[in-house]
Amino acid sequence: MIKLESVEKVYRTEKIETLALGNVNLEVEQGEFISVMGPSGSGKSTLLNVIGLLDAPTEGAVSLNGRRIDSYADRYLARIRNEEIGFIFQTFHLISDLSVVDNVEIPLLYRRGTSGKERRKMALEALERVGLSSRVHHFPSQLSGGQQQRVAIARAVVGKPKILLADEPTGNLDSRMGDEIMGILDDLNGEGTTVVMVTHDSRLAERTGRTVRLFDGRQVD
Amino acid sequence: MLKNYVKIAFKVFLRRKFYTFISLFGISFTLVVLMVAAALFDHFAGPYPPETRTDRTLYVVEILATNQEGSQINSGSPSYAFLDRYVRGLPGAEGVSVFSKGGVSVSYDDVEKIESHVMLTDGSFWDVFAFDFLEGRPYTEQEAREGSFVAVINEATRRKFFGEESAVGKRIEVDGQNFRVSGVVANVPIFRQKTFADIWVPVSTSPSEAYRTYAPSEGYGSYTFRGNFQAAILAWHSGDIPLLKEAFQTRLAQVEFPDPRRYDRIQAAAYTPLEEISRQAYGEGFSTAAFTEVYVDDLLFTLIGSGLLFMLLPALHLINLNVSRIMERASEIGVRKTFGASSRSLVGQFVVENVLLTLMGGVVGFLLSFWVLFALSHSQLIQYGQFHLNYRIFLFGLLVTLFFGVFSGVYPAWKMSRLHPAEALRGGSL
Repeated sequence: MIKLESVEKVYRTEKIETLALGNVNLEVEQGEFISVMGPSGSGKSTLLNVIGLLDAPTEGAVSLNGRRIDSYADRYLARIRNEEIGFIFQTFHLISDLSVVDNVEIPLLYRRGTSGKERRKMALEALERVGLSSRVHHFPSQLSGGQQQRVAIARAVVGKPKILLADEPTGNLDSRMGDEIMGILDDLNGEGTTVVMVTHDSRLAERTGRTVRLFDGRQVD
Repeated sequence: MLKNYVKIAFKVFLRRKFYTFISLFGISFTLVVLMVAAALFDHFAGPYPPETRTDRTLYVVEILATNQEGSQINSGSPSYAFLDRYVRGLPGAEGVSVFSKGGVSVSYDDVEKIESHVMLTDGSFWDVFAFDFLEGRPYTEQEAREGSFVAVINEATRRKFFGEESAVGKRIEVDGQNFRVSGVVANVPIFRQKTFADIWVPVSTSPSEAYRTYAPSEGYGSYTFRGNFQAAILAWHSGDIPLLKEAFQTRLAQVEFPDPRRYDRIQAAAYTPLEEISRQAYGEGFSTAAFTEVYVDDLLFTLIGSGLLFMLLPALHLINLNVSRIMERASEIGVRKTFGASSRSLVGQFVVENVLLTLMGGVVGFLLSFWVLFALSHSQLIQYGQFHLNYRIFLFGLLVTLFFGVFSGVYPAWKMSRLHPAEALRGGSL
């Protein structure tokens, strides 16, 4: 489903060149749940960004369902991200000016042919799924960290993506909340969603089907 | 989508109240100053009663007489006799009026002394200019020719002499002469240089007949060409203006010089109201070489240039505010890009926000301008001043503000939207 071949990512400034990823080869099959582990600065988030088309590789190829997509124009990449991929971030990245339900609707705003009524219905269903039906009109600042992450998950899954990319989704939560979030991800994976999760927590990594380890931007196993 | 953008815009405005206040203040204050300046200029030169036909009116207000040796120069307002002889009956004109520049006269009510601005006019004056008669009628050509002691007064003079009662048919005394009031007109503001007065009377009621005589008279500065009069020429169509100017020059070539040893050359021109203002602003009154020059381009350059310069400061301020605001929302842009927003839709969102903010500023500016002009009119800081909102200037100001508002919002948003989402999520820089 997702294929990375000899992917390299170099960040350049005028004076410094930093290798974030070097010669990464990775294949993720449909329905897999894999975790990416490694120390801070090892390139885990960069790898997730490259897989999620949030960042372009400096070298190498990224393919999705057999199509090489790393050279696609911005609007095509935007459409793929919108229709195929859902994202969960460690710091939630909710828009503070919008209510919970408006935050969840965001991916649907950019999907053609979805009416306002449909968007609202789908967002409410997604929120019900993560147990936040009673908080739809709250604002992010009125929610706990765990609740905010559940809103972020609802936003990630509202468009029914085939791939879910989670960047340390439990990193800012206590272990009980972390387990709850992990449970939701397990359920989604059980329904056929491919999940790639970056984590520092080996206990969580053990619950996934496969772990990819990075060190200094290189794959170590 | 649009509903969502509007919703977000209002939430952003409410959340960042100080920013919203500063932006609205900047936009509305700029518009208010622009509107007041435009109203003052309009008041001075715009087509408002009684000078409504500015597009087809020409004025002869100054002449310069010299002799061949250049030993004699006499410039200033022309005499009645000169204008009557060489401007009246100009071919191709709908009408010509010769009237004085006005002066202060003293009248006495039962108990108090009343000072009034009095203007001597011919009968055509009332056809060339469009006065708003509140009661009665103007004096006729015949009355003006025969020296009938009739007068038209303004509303303020009616109040001074007769209170709230009707004035038509009643008598007033001006400089010792007794006039019957034939009509009352709305007050003419002091800035309407050609028509401003409190009382208008026929020129034929002058105590002396000398004004009619086209012959040299004694004394320094007093000559048959010169006096205290001016002429207004009304064209049938605005397109006839160049022809009328030419016709006047042809008439000038026929001027007779009663005392050629003293003066044998004359320069004058018929000016449009704007040309006349430009001469007042830039003209060199005693320059014989450039006496009839007009400076409309310089005037417009100064007016438009200072208007734009004035708007530049708030525009730069608005740009600065918008750039910081959008930088602050880099993470939001990143989130939207992550979930499928294209650069175009992101730019659209910021356009909606900026247009809304500018329009809100426009509404506030409009209401404030209305109030300031209303207060200015009622304060009577400028005698009989009536200031009007110039909708064209308002629209122009609003469009300029909108341009800067949209440009300043869209440019950084467009730059941000071109960043990779990962970079924007990290709070990327422009």
